Amino acid sequence: MELDALDRGGFLRLAGTLGAGLVFAVYLPGCGRSSTSSSSAPFAPNAWVRIAPDNTVTVVVNKSEMGQGVATGLPTIVADELDADPNLLKFEFAPADQQYIDPVYGAMITGGSTSVKDMWMPLRTAGATARAMLIAAAAQQWSLDPSACTAKNGVVYHSASNRTASYGSLTAIASGLKVPTNVPLKRPDQFTIIGQQHQRLDIPQKLNGTAEYGIDVRVPGMLYAAIARSPVFGGKVKSFDPKAAKAVAGVVDVVQVSNGVAVVAKNTWSAFQGKNALQIDWDDGPNANLTTEALFAEAEELARTHRGELVALSRGNTETAKGTVVEATYRGPFLAHTTMEPQNATADVREDRCEVWAPNQVQQRSQQEAVNVTGLPLEKCVVHTTLLGGGFGRRLESDYVREAVEVSKAVKAPVKVMWTREDDIQNEFYRPMSVNVVRGVLANGTLTSLSHQVVSQSWLKRWHPQWLKNGVDMLSMAEAVDAPYYVPNFKATFIDHEHGIPVGSWRAPDANWNGFVTESFIDELAHAAGKDPLTFRLALFEKTPRAAGVLRLAAEKAGWGKRQGAGIAQGLAVVFWGGSYAALVADVSMVNNMPKVHRVVAAVDCGTVINPRIVEQQAQSAVIYGLSAALTNKITLERGRVQQHNFYDYLSLRLADSPPIDVYVVPSKESPTGVGELCTPPIAPAVANAVFTLTGKRVRQLPFSDALRA
Amino acid sequence: MISITVNGIKRDVEVPGEMPLLWVVRDELNLTGSKFGCGVGECGCCTMHIDGVATRTCVLPVSAAAGKQIETIESLSSDNSHRVQKAWLAEQVPQCGYCQSGQIMVASALLKKNPNPSDSDIDQAMTNICRCGTYDRIRTAIHRAAQEA
Ligand code: FES
Ligand code: FES
Repeated sequence: MELDALDRGGFLRLAGTLGAGLVFAVYLPGCGRSSTSSSSAPFAPNAWVRIAPDNTVTVVVNKSEMGQGVATGLPTIVADELDADPNLLKFEFAPADQQYIDPVYGAMITGGSTSVKDMWMPLRTAGATARAMLIAAAAQQWSLDPSACTAKNGVVYHSASNRTASYGSLTAIASGLKVPTNVPLKRPDQFTIIGQQHQRLDIPQKLNGTAEYGIDVRVPGMLYAAIARSPVFGGKVKSFDPKAAKAVAGVVDVVQVSNGVAVVAKNTWSAFQGKNALQIDWDDGPNANLTTEALFAEAEELARTHRGELVALSRGNTETAKGTVVEATYRGPFLAHTTMEPQNATADVREDRCEVWAPNQVQQRSQQEAVNVTGLPLEKCVVHTTLLGGGFGRRLESDYVREAVEVSKAVKAPVKVMWTREDDIQNEFYRPMSVNVVRGVLANGTLTSLSHQVVSQSWLKRWHPQWLKNGVDMLSMAEAVDAPYYVPNFKATFIDHEHGIPVGSWRAPDANWNGFVTESFIDELAHAAGKDPLTFRLALFEKTPRAAGVLRLAAEKAGWGKRQGAGIAQGLAVVFWGGSYAALVADVSMVNNMPKVHRVVAAVDCGTVINPRIVEQQAQSAVIYGLSAALTNKITLERGRVQQHNFYDYLSLRLADSPPIDVYVVPSKESPTGVGELCTPPIAPAVANAVFTLTGKRVRQLPFSDALRA
Repeated sequence: MISITVNGIKRDVEVPGEMPLLWVVRDELNLTGSKFGCGVGECGCCTMHIDGVATRTCVLPVSAAAGKQIETIESLSSDNSHRVQKAWLAEQVPQCGYCQSGQIMVASALLKKNPNPSDSDIDQAMTNICRCGTYDRIRTAIHRAAQEA
């Protein structure tokens, strides 16, 4: 069978339909090697790994690379069990295809800091199986028993006879072998690549302009489109006049799509200009007079009346516990993601097939958008995932894909739909606004009862309703229901505040807000009990020794309790997210009534570390992301319209204001858990707790600029 | 018709003079290493060198760049042999990487002007946004590149 006639997606799909069978692919002609006849055959024992005669090992990555390092992390797992040469490792992104689902989610999704955790066993098995087959192939070539051979660094050895065979030289024989089952995996102490500081595989292309993001996709004959969307959520086009837009140089067409009106042009700039020139009469719909202020009042009313309140978790009795009662209400704003690359997608709709190129975190949803718009069968809709210029949860949505497919279908040409930054900030699936009421009871300085009421809009009920538990969205309750503290009387409740503003997943949903509440309130309780916030927390970590571990480590490295510089105080916070634990200590002073962060110490326990440098990068990245938002960011509405536009009124931390972040990792032999989002939730409360020490002012609302300058 | 010189090659483009240089380079010349992040001169993703000066090109009309030497990320080196690229690789700076063309172009212009920048020189020059928060490593990589000279 000639495979070079098929596209890569076809190749991979074929590999999958053959299941455990082997693919005899004839491509890579000319990759020289001498000893066997069909020397150009790559060896592909499963959907995840392909070994070519030139010794390169390609790992198919079923997760989206958005900076978190997954295109290095997942290949590393395969490479270690395979005993591959890490310098010959390559990656390739999987097409939308059922064989590439995440086994826990049951779908292709990159989110929730789960990639390494969920793919750990399947990829180890894939690597170990391939290794066993390569050893068997060498043994067959040498007429030996496989048990006499070993493998290391991409080479099979028979030490007794001093013979070696590179993996690339064995592809043809290995391809003829039966795929074994139950191949034993390595013990952690046998890992040679996992845990090492190997370089990221995606970096070279990101230094010279060759990396391809969604915005860089170019298809022959492609047009560029910009879309005018309703300024009010839920609004509709009443009528529009395309004349002025069509008069703009370079504009070739104006078409209505479900999301608004698209201007199609010969280049991006003309599309943007045409969009600005459009005359549209909007029906603003039911949200025309919405303000965030009114929404907060509504949420507070819900909190008071308990209307629609559902219990997420309850033990003991929080009503009857006796002692000193501490109570507080916290308010969290809507937030935008502002991925560095604005949303975009490219689609090419033909009579009989549809192709999509998109920086997305949800390949199958993107594929389904194409199916829904075109009516074509699933297998005729191909989705290519490019590199993502940031994700942070925004690209768990596929609205931009639908737009591109609709416009391409309407104009019968390949089209890239490009969003401006203003489009991006104003047409979001925001981090939900939230009102949280917390109540604690202290008996002789010990916390005996804790309750946490969350009033927020569930995004999961729209996004994946099957994951609600007894009607409760447990992601809306993250860090409210599963913060690592054990308190004998405990209750966590949820009220779904339906308000018509689109909400979605934002880095560490929705621990990023509930964690602020929990960690600030625990600090309030510690102060009310007259205890040091460190010892107060440690007393509550009896059942969660790993939480105690990271907290002790961070406190020790940061010099907790010792005098820091003049005017500097420390605040700390802990988090449990993605199966991992982290603790942060922030050194803070006050400048112009705003916190200035001088240094952050982070301690992370994420089980087995695949690549320590990527863990460090992710911890730092998550801190900067959380701090950026906490200092000044909020999305507000007036007359139903988002008031923020671009980086001049939705600020992002820059280099000069970014503190150094020292990351310490707890050594562990546990299975690996998530680290991509882990350190976003605890940074704001760590800073707020230091602000309390410095000023006596408790921050119960974010951003800091609102709480402290009001 | 406008004539511009990009990475040493003279190119004639049939575009309105007010079209920002970024879009001319990306869409008309198909050099896509320079990125679009904001379109208002805030983020620096679109930074190119205009006569050696790091410039945000999403707000620079192409007509203003005519007759000048325009250099994009693609001009540094395709094999990552420029000292800033080497330092970026050694420090493993990029995460998503989207902002990095711009960061590298600002850093290389800075080092040309100031071969041994202090931390505060770096603070002042490196005002581009990185949503992945790679700032710590950008700083270290600039110091490393300075040492290489
Ligand atoms: S795209 Fe030019 S400064 Fe942001
Ligand atoms: S590396 Fe992602 S925005 Fe800078």
